[in-house]
Amino acid sequence: MPADVEVPPVVEMTGITIRFPGVLALDGVDFALRPGEVHSLMGENGAGKSTLIKALTGVYPIDAGEITVAGRRSVFATTADAQRAGISTVYQEVNLCPNLSVGENIMLGHEPRSAGGIDWKATHSEAAAHLESLGLQLDTRSQLSTHSIAIQQLVAISRAIVLDAKVLVLDEPTSSLDRGEVERLFAVIRDLRGKGVAILFVSHFLDQVFEISDRITVLRNGRLVGEYAASELTRAQLVSKMIGRELDELAALSSVADRTIDRTRTPVLRATGVGRRGTLEPVDIDAYEGEVVGIAGLLGSGRTELVRLLYGADRADTGAIQVNGKPARIHTPRHAIDHRIAFSSEDRRAEGIIPDLTVAENIVLGVQAKRGAVRRLRKGEADAIVAELIQALGVRPADPTMLAGNLSGGNQQKVLLARWLATAPELLVLDEPTRGIDVGAKADIQRKVAELSDKGLSVIFISSELEEVLRLAQRVVVMRDRRKIGDLDSSEIDLDGLIDFIAHNGSETAA
Amino acid sequence: MTAIDTRPKPAETFASRYSTFLRRHASLMPTLSAVVILIALLIGARVRFANFLSPGNLSALLLDNAYLIVLAVGLTLVIITGGIDLSVGSVMAFTGILCASLLAQGLPAFLVVPIMLAGGALIGLLIGVLVQYFNVQPFIASLAGLFLARGLAFVVSLSSIRVEDPAILWLQRTRWSVGGWYITPTGIIALLVVAIAFFVMHWTRFGRTVYAIGGSEQSARLMGLDVARTKILVYVISGVCGGLAGLLLTAYSGAGYPRNGIGTELDAIAAVVIGGTLLTGGTGYVLGSLIGVLVYGTIKKLISFMGAEQSWMQIIIGALLLVFIVVQRLIVARSQRRGR
Amino acid sequence: MRRVIRHRLFWPIVALLVLIAINTIARPQFIGITVRDGQLYGALIDILRNSAPLMLVALGMTIVIATRGIDLSVGAVMAVSGAVALTIIDASSDPTGVGTVAVAVLAALGVSLALGMWNGLLVSVVGIQPIIATLVLMLAGRGVALLITDGFITTVNSPPYSFIATGYLIGLPVAFLISLTAIIVIALFERRTALGVLTEAVGINPEASRLAGVRARGIVFTAYAVTGLLAGIAGIIYSANIRAADANATGLFIELYAILAVVLGGTSLMGGKFTIAGTVVGVLTIQTLESTILFLGVPSAQSPVFFAIVVIVVVIVQSPRLHAWARSAVRARARGAASDSSIDKAKVAS
Repeated sequence: MPADVEVPPVVEMTGITIRFPGVLALDGVDFALRPGEVHSLMGENGAGKSTLIKALTGVYPIDAGEITVAGRRSVFATTADAQRAGISTVYQEVNLCPNLSVGENIMLGHEPRSAGGIDWKATHSEAAAHLESLGLQLDTRSQLSTHSIAIQQLVAISRAIVLDAKVLVLDEPTSSLDRGEVERLFAVIRDLRGKGVAILFVSHFLDQVFEISDRITVLRNGRLVGEYAASELTRAQLVSKMIGRELDELAALSSVADRTIDRTRTPVLRATGVGRRGTLEPVDIDAYEGEVVGIAGLLGSGRTELVRLLYGADRADTGAIQVNGKPARIHTPRHAIDHRIAFSSEDRRAEGIIPDLTVAENIVLGVQAKRGAVRRLRKGEADAIVAELIQALGVRPADPTMLAGNLSGGNQQKVLLARWLATAPELLVLDEPTRGIDVGAKADIQRKVAELSDKGLSVIFISSELEEVLRLAQRVVVMRDRRKIGDLDSSEIDLDGLIDFIAHNGSETAA
Repeated sequence: MTAIDTRPKPAETFASRYSTFLRRHASLMPTLSAVVILIALLIGARVRFANFLSPGNLSALLLDNAYLIVLAVGLTLVIITGGIDLSVGSVMAFTGILCASLLAQGLPAFLVVPIMLAGGALIGLLIGVLVQYFNVQPFIASLAGLFLARGLAFVVSLSSIRVEDPAILWLQRTRWSVGGWYITPTGIIALLVVAIAFFVMHWTRFGRTVYAIGGSEQSARLMGLDVARTKILVYVISGVCGGLAGLLLTAYSGAGYPRNGIGTELDAIAAVVIGGTLLTGGTGYVLGSLIGVLVYGTIKKLISFMGAEQSWMQIIIGALLLVFIVVQRLIVARSQRRGR
Repeated sequence: MRRVIRHRLFWPIVALLVLIAINTIARPQFIGITVRDGQLYGALIDILRNSAPLMLVALGMTIVIATRGIDLSVGAVMAVSGAVALTIIDASSDPTGVGTVAVAVLAALGVSLALGMWNGLLVSVVGIQPIIATLVLMLAGRGVALLITDGFITTVNSPPYSFIATGYLIGLPVAFLISLTAIIVIALFERRTALGVLTEAVGINPEASRLAGVRARGIVFTAYAVTGLLAGIAGIIYSANIRAADANATGLFIELYAILAVVLGGTSLMGGKFTIAGTVVGVLTIQTLESTILFLGVPSAQSPVFFAIVVIVVVIVQSPRLHAWARSAVRARARGAASDSSIDKAKVAS
């Protein structure tokens, strides 16, 4: 259905601004949802997508701007308020009760009652009727957890119907679905659209977004880039709007990517066919001494999943890894560390920094873990290592006794990097090392990575910023929809070419 | 559009019916295994001791453990929400001695009993408020309840107090027999508690909310259920059950004794777990807890029949609990691995 | 950094000092220390001596809690330890000999260590929730102790054994010296080696620690094993004091007091950073409180009421809700709760 600008929006968000300590998550964003329309919200990590959704669903309060629902100004203090206003959300992690039956989950809180308590017969038949209206026939008495995530999502959507939702927010609904399940979901979505429901569809799978959306809104760095009719936007345009161009402050490092790598020797790491059922198709990837390999692709393309397998944070189902030519068993982080592979996680808060320990303790953690619990690093030695790394990476404030949790994101990232550099690795794997970091810290980290690779360290790093990838890496591995679709020489491609490659290659439908 | 159809089909093989049954009632499995264990125990006991299964003995099995049944029912609700209540034994002792003391001071039974239940409810309320509003871990909050109740029991009286009140004694002394089977009012009360809880858990919104909270508290909240009120209420109910158990025990032993129930909460937890309730929450049945108590009672009776020391009782219960926990863990681990 | 430490121990120490002050006002002889035959006596000395079993158990509990665990079986292990020691002494041909006592003590400690390792195995290898794993031993342990003593309360008259609880060395009670040694050894071990920091890392953020290559299994296992051993020592002191092995009464509720001591001292039940010094202050506070209650003429059986009140006050004060009553904090909690929710984690994980 073509976007009809005459129809008044059911939800209108104007000038939405949300601030967190140290970060402006949303800056005056406008957003509208119209009935009978599928509207996709697009943007990379840190763009403000999830913050905007949370404002709409009552999770976060807004600092400025207003939300209007069906013409009435609304303030959502709790998620219940948003629900009452007719906004239903189905999260990626389906928020239902796995221990209850399908029918009960649909009707929970609204079960028909008789004199003798809940009327289960009526409950299940009503639930079945709701499912039927979406074209589904499930055994409503079966336990929810016995069904796949795909089915559970559809059950969650059915519940939204029960609650008479005007707006249905689908947050990354297809991440765990296969092709057939996605088809079924889309059929349900189209059905609901036909019934006049306004649907907010959030996904990073470009093909799907173009397949189902009527309208697309793009956010970047907390600001609105624009709202477009899906039919008027090309893939390449969309990608380019999402990723954008960065200031040239870091152009000085362009010489790094031009360095020639000796690929005749044994690679430091050779992974052949590593994959994991349900998360990653088998991938081949090599890293040579002194080489920087960048992994590019959009969110959800499988980049993080790949490096976690290389590091042993997750265990691969298929494939083999060779370190310096010898087969290596990498099933746990310890194995990787023993092979002198270091890994800095994307989520430095949950998986990297130990917030209640000091900067110094965080930095020596990797070295100490290697030595075991009993042989403690001598204070003098530890202090020296810490001081040197704080200085080399420019950690601010340069206070080793400060609690790591009190540092800014950029400095926490540096501390994490320091931890791994202290272990003198041969291969450094970095997942989004400069995400959410101020430009100054970004430059420091990129400079350090370039310096180290000059000295022979191999680096594999993931970044959503394609300029950064092209600037630092000699080779770029491109991922898409959990597959590797390309292995490019960075000197042979420029930013536009890379964007184009990501947007077009490997998709089933050419744009 | 018929995308998927998982409804049970009319003409079915046994295999498909079994699989439907599993999809609907997988959480019944632990409880069913408890039933199997109980039956196995009883049969084994009968083989060893010819008169073990006599109507008299079986009746005594129920009545000797009536107080534990009541405790286990209240505890089941708490555990299903993912919490725990360590105070039940002490609340039982406190309300019991309170009852005996008040009766000895001349208060009539019809006043004393509500006071007992109120006392239990108040301690439960305290625990519930700590857990829900102050985010205290249930373990610690109910620990405080345990301390409080136990201390208060000794404040009421440092030694036991006999009960002479005919109304209370009637509860235990009256017997209604059919053939060799007999039951006392205390037994009826225990069974009534089970029946009421059974109804509440499966036919009221409150009961379903208890299950929902156990499945996923966050989801339950997002689905609009009154999680806060329900969570507090389950602890209040557990406290009332503690008070009721105090009544039953006092009637049974004819006296209030502040040292009663030391360690009983552990027996109750063991019975609940053996009966098929997962300590992680979300799964469990009050009928299962009844079975669990009967298993407990059977083992106790067996030990006394065999003339072995009562210390074996604790060891066996501990071992049984361990086996159940390990099996529960294996089942959980297997389903996690199979999971998406 | 310094402010954090001061924050941590400041209030516990203040509480203890206030308690001592109140006692002194009520009975000035409270802080009086007399010397007789080169040995120190007095109410304060009594506190130091009587606190030994709780101190030992609480030390272990601190480390276990730091790993995000708990050990409910310490009381039962105490009972088993006492039962083993006394049964050996009772059955020997020379109950008053030092050699016999030495053998009995070693055997009891060996058994306690094994029990601690059993707990460690269940938690770190089999992966059972600590509360359940230790609950099993808590249930079964007393039964085992009863079996060892054949259901009786074994009593012995063995001066070398009693010496452990009531004797003096260099003017101070032996029991106190034992607990002091334990404190020093544990503190040195935790802080001189990397064990303390790694334990804290595991407790604060298990996933980050795993990715950093920390071997959590060994750390958790050791925590429970050590706790078992400490409980064993406590059991010996306790049984030496009453000169009997009472399987039912030994260490009854001690796990609860130990947890309370840890919490009072400032270590969080959620795991992570821990403080040995805080636990020491917590134990001394509990012991002084106990002494105060006794002095007030309150029967010791009623003392749990006071401790309940203390627990409730402490957890309410430590509760985040209290801090959230500041208006701006309400907002922060909404964001904090949201960002901690699984919704956010799911998004980040994609």
